[in-house]
Amino acid sequence: MARTLIQVPPTAKRGDVVEVRTLIAHTMETGYRAGSDGRTLPRDIIRRFSCRFNDELVFSAELHPAIAANPYIAFALRATASGKLTFSWEGDNGLSQTESATLTVT
Amino acid sequence: MTMRASRMTFGGLLACAVLSAFAQQPAGVPARRSGFDGMSASLQAMQRDDLQNPGMLWVADGEASWNQADVGGAGRSCASCHGDARHSMRGVASRYPDWDPVDRQPVDLAQRINRCRVRHQAAAPWPNDGKELLSLETFVAHQSRGQPLQPSGAPALVETRAHGQALYTQRIGQLNLSCATCHDALAGRKLAGSPIPQGHANGYPIYRLEWQAVGSLRRRIRNCMVGVRAEPFAPDSAEMVALELYLAQRSAGLPVETPAVRP
Amino acid sequence: MTTPVPGRAFFTRRSLLLAGGALAFSVRPAHAMADELVAAMRAFTGGAATREGRVKLDIEPLVENGNAVPITVTVDSPMTGADHVKQIAVFNQKNPQHDVIVATLSPALAQARLATRIRLATTQQLVAVARLSDGSLWTHTVEVVVTLAACLE
Repeated sequence: MARTLIQVPPTAKRGDVVEVRTLIAHTMETGYRAGSDGRTLPRDIIRRFSCRFNDELVFSAELHPAIAANPYIAFALRATASGKLTFSWEGDNGLSQTESATLTVT
Repeated sequence: MTMRASRMTFGGLLACAVLSAFAQQPAGVPARRSGFDGMSASLQAMQRDDLQNPGMLWVADGEASWNQADVGGAGRSCASCHGDARHSMRGVASRYPDWDPVDRQPVDLAQRINRCRVRHQAAAPWPNDGKELLSLETFVAHQSRGQPLQPSGAPALVETRAHGQALYTQRIGQLNLSCATCHDALAGRKLAGSPIPQGHANGYPIYRLEWQAVGSLRRRIRNCMVGVRAEPFAPDSAEMVALELYLAQRSAGLPVETPAVRP
Repeated sequence: MTTPVPGRAFFTRRSLLLAGGALAFSVRPAHAMADELVAAMRAFTGGAATREGRVKLDIEPLVENGNAVPITVTVDSPMTGADHVKQIAVFNQKNPQHDVIVATLSPALAQARLATRIRLATTQQLVAVARLSDGSLWTHTVEVVVTLAACLE
């Protein structure tokens, strides 16, 4: 399991802009770099990031090797209702990781 | 001027050397300026924002490590003896490298952590610059973030620190450059389009964009030495710790920024 | 490990810096899109016409290291069910692969805004493309100068 840091304000007022910020530890090996033995290191990247709010897909992104190591992805949600945010990272070598956060909207 | 004269009349030469080493700037060197100041606005923002700063991933790993019970034969976590690191480790990194009275030699923070593992946790030392050691070192140093670097005043360190200063000013490698050549005399100018920083030790371990990972001051020094085509000091060598010791004094007063972000 | 080649990179950067010197401190003018970017966008746009505007790609014009370059893409849009941004894509001109990211948005978002960090192999152009709910495509092209640390491992 890769280390993740997720920032979502725990509470918000209805209609507020909620900043959602995520960071995950991952080398995002491009497949173009040579290792110390001179051989090309195989590609190993996160290929897809998605965010669901109460099971509805609200944001997703297809990532390529041009995304920097330890990917940071941030976007802005509209606070309409309380619920659960689920974040998923999927990629090479069977990477599949899910984290969640709760948002309370008053 | 007056203060220095009065110190000389009171104390011995040793006390004077110890005290003035901290108060004085080397002649001809401009005021101390962290590498942070020379970075672009977006890199500064990356460092300042704990969610954008990739080094915070290592801090999070280090925190988990700190609390991990059942380490080694003694079954102790760091927390077992040191409790909440936010209190117990505050101010620790600011004074390292420090004198280890048991082994009677100067040690940097990573070496101190490994000695703790061996002496108090009955655990094997972690490999140098490996993920476990780096994460815990970053976590511990992070607890001093914002505090000024205040080198240890242990008298036993004076000689090693002077040795470190000699290494700092000694020309080395095929390019025949000393640390001072670039980082004292030419700091603020450019080398191949990039600004030359003063080369301070106030943010280590850092997240270096070039490495795409967190790394120690020792790794950075080895980079520099390879850069001038010199044989780099071995990570656990006496020379490496001596140089780190001098660099800590040279950076005295600058705030700890761990984990700093640097290009 | 690898031996840096400061000579070659220095020449390229220097000539570009000299050429771009006049533009360095002025408002960045709109750029004609490089051929590589037009080609890179084609799969995303399906060859449909694009217009400049509405989307803004924020990035430092001079970056200290191409390994992690912060970018923010913002699209001027009310983000309602009837009028929102469906996708934001970013393409690069000179990396080994030209795709960077394709984000799919929804009206659940308060703003059409995406922030991330990208890799740039060298000084080059980038383009951000936004596909709106009415099918229109908008672009913003920028030029970024990429420098490198002098002392590499």
